[in-house]
Amino acid sequence: MSAGLIRSAVVGLALTALLLVVMLASLMIGQVMLSAGDVVAGLGSIGSGSMVSRIVVDLRLPRVLAAVIGGAALGLAGLLMQTLFRNPLADAWSLGLMAGGQFGAALVIVAGAIVGPGFLMVLTGFAGLGVVAGSVLGTLGVALAMSAMARRVGTVTLLVLGLMLGFLAQGLISVLLHFTNRSQGRIFAAWNDATFANVVWGDFVTLAPLLALGLLGSVVLAKPLTALLLGDVYAESLGVNVPRLRRLVLGATILLAAPVTAFCGPVAFVGLIVPHLARGLLGSARIGALIPATALIGAVLALAADLVVHLPWEQHFLHLNAILALIGAPLVILLLLRSRSLRGGEG
Amino acid sequence: MYAIDALQIGYGRRVLSTLDQVTVEPGEFICLLGRNGQGKSTLLRTLAGFIPAISGEVRLDDRPVRAWPAAERARKVAVVLTDRPQVGALRVRELVEMGRQPYTGWTGALSDEDRAISTEALEQVEGDHLRDRFVDSLSDGERQRVMIARALAQRPQVMLLDEITAFLDLPSRVTITATLRRIAHETGVSIILSSHDLELSLNAADRIWLLPGGGRFIDGAPEDVALSGAIGDAFNQANLVFSLQSGRFEKRGEARGAVFIDAVDTTAFWLQRAVERMGFAASNDAEGADLVIGHSAQGYSLEGETYPSVQRLSRAMGCKTAREA
Repeated sequence: MSAGLIRSAVVGLALTALLLVVMLASLMIGQVMLSAGDVVAGLGSIGSGSMVSRIVVDLRLPRVLAAVIGGAALGLAGLLMQTLFRNPLADAWSLGLMAGGQFGAALVIVAGAIVGPGFLMVLTGFAGLGVVAGSVLGTLGVALAMSAMARRVGTVTLLVLGLMLGFLAQGLISVLLHFTNRSQGRIFAAWNDATFANVVWGDFVTLAPLLALGLLGSVVLAKPLTALLLGDVYAESLGVNVPRLRRLVLGATILLAAPVTAFCGPVAFVGLIVPHLARGLLGSARIGALIPATALIGAVLALAADLVVHLPWEQHFLHLNAILALIGAPLVILLLLRSRSLRGGEG
Repeated sequence: MYAIDALQIGYGRRVLSTLDQVTVEPGEFICLLGRNGQGKSTLLRTLAGFIPAISGEVRLDDRPVRAWPAAERARKVAVVLTDRPQVGALRVRELVEMGRQPYTGWTGALSDEDRAISTEALEQVEGDHLRDRFVDSLSDGERQRVMIARALAQRPQVMLLDEITAFLDLPSRVTITATLRRIAHETGVSIILSSHDLELSLNAADRIWLLPGGGRFIDGAPEDVALSGAIGDAFNQANLVFSLQSGRFEKRGEARGAVFIDAVDTTAFWLQRAVERMGFAASNDAEGADLVIGHSAQGYSLEGETYPSVQRLSRAMGCKTAREA
């Protein structure tokens, strides 16, 4: 057994244990503090209608699970995009895919408001497939635009383009909401703040299958993606059909990032930094080895940030993206200073 | 192996060169020469099956190269390029093992045989000590050796290398060229290396492919190609010509005068170089020469003066010509 495999196994086990600990803590901590025993009892008495069971199963567990699968999915999407664009700072957020998803979702919400009376259900539940479809289409549009531009511009230009697309989407969303009514604007703003807390049990019917497909896609694409680390020509010389691989990777990225954006809002930094943490922990760039580590670290990071937000604060001003920015931004600055290709400007 | 028939290479409708009947045999070390823009990379890409030929065909094992399924072709043809991709936390061992991708299943899991072949490939380029290094920490020369090992791990019949020595210093170029020649002869893999190192290629190659421009293609032993005068046609410039006497490029122009060199062995050889560099011609006869250079334990003598070094001598000769002119 090689040293790399042992290291992967150790890292995987440690991360799994850490994830379970943070999950348990997330179920225990909140405005009502529960003991570990309470949590187990609550999980064991699903449907009993007891207070503890309602807090654990109905209120906290959906949020915890959403953070776990959402964080994992965003981490994986980041890994796929960093490999596809050969850009260490690419992810669904930094390249504007999330902004596209937000814009798509906003369009659907506003269109629903204008078109039909069913819109209230969409607005309140966020479970409507229309929002998911709008978000997926928005993400897809930006993803296609980005992959078309990626071949013509350098690493840093692409990131700036992504940022600008983000601002553009924010502007358009503002304009859209301006011409609807105030309550819609408030609801949209709440969604826009990115939180896993809006996810309810019913949402998993949509969320889980899409993310599972995206995960499956990542695993299947791991081998040719590893070849793509060397660039298009080397990958082709190793028997990879590069144009087809690009399409499939984009598809998997959208399956992973768009549903999370639709249900949880634009969660920043997770997809950007998690693949780097995974590479650092494993000391490897092989995609096959990075997939489990990336998913686990993404889950731990998203859940830990969510836990900080949901500590029993007296006031509720803390946002998920604020916590993630405090961790993510310094890491990104470090990466910028260390990376040869980024420091040089174009590369 | 390769059988090329009436192949026209180029992009779109622009034909860069035409190759009539060319075959490549196992174990040949071929250097592909030509100035930029004459189609070296295009020829290699066409041979690799990455781009279509304009007309004619490249057959690889009796089947058009682009008709092979990508994975099967990857077991026959491997490439090494000039570019130095940034690969992050990838180790040399992992990079070389990537060469086994055409043989592994969809998970990319390696068998013991795959690992053994990768190890052997790294040994063939004398890179076993680099095994656990990160690829991004390697020098340019080490990196290209490792890239060659990765190509060898594909167990190809042909390796196509596109100006892989372009970024390297001279010792690395010489070493890598010698390594490739050895690998071709020892393992029977045919190697086609495009290069700008004319003199190095002429010394090392079994066979030269020359793209001299004008759509021509010249194929032969280095000596055939040199004697045909094609190297001069391809590379000569207004003031620099390929000398068939010395096998190197020399300055062209009217000699400033004839110099007789009164010295022996290596001193004579290097003094002749200095004299030619100064634009004089070496003369065999002291009587007809404009200048005579002598050599003694004190240094080099010219017209009664003695100079301790060739540099001082050169300076004196420079003044001499200036005055005469």
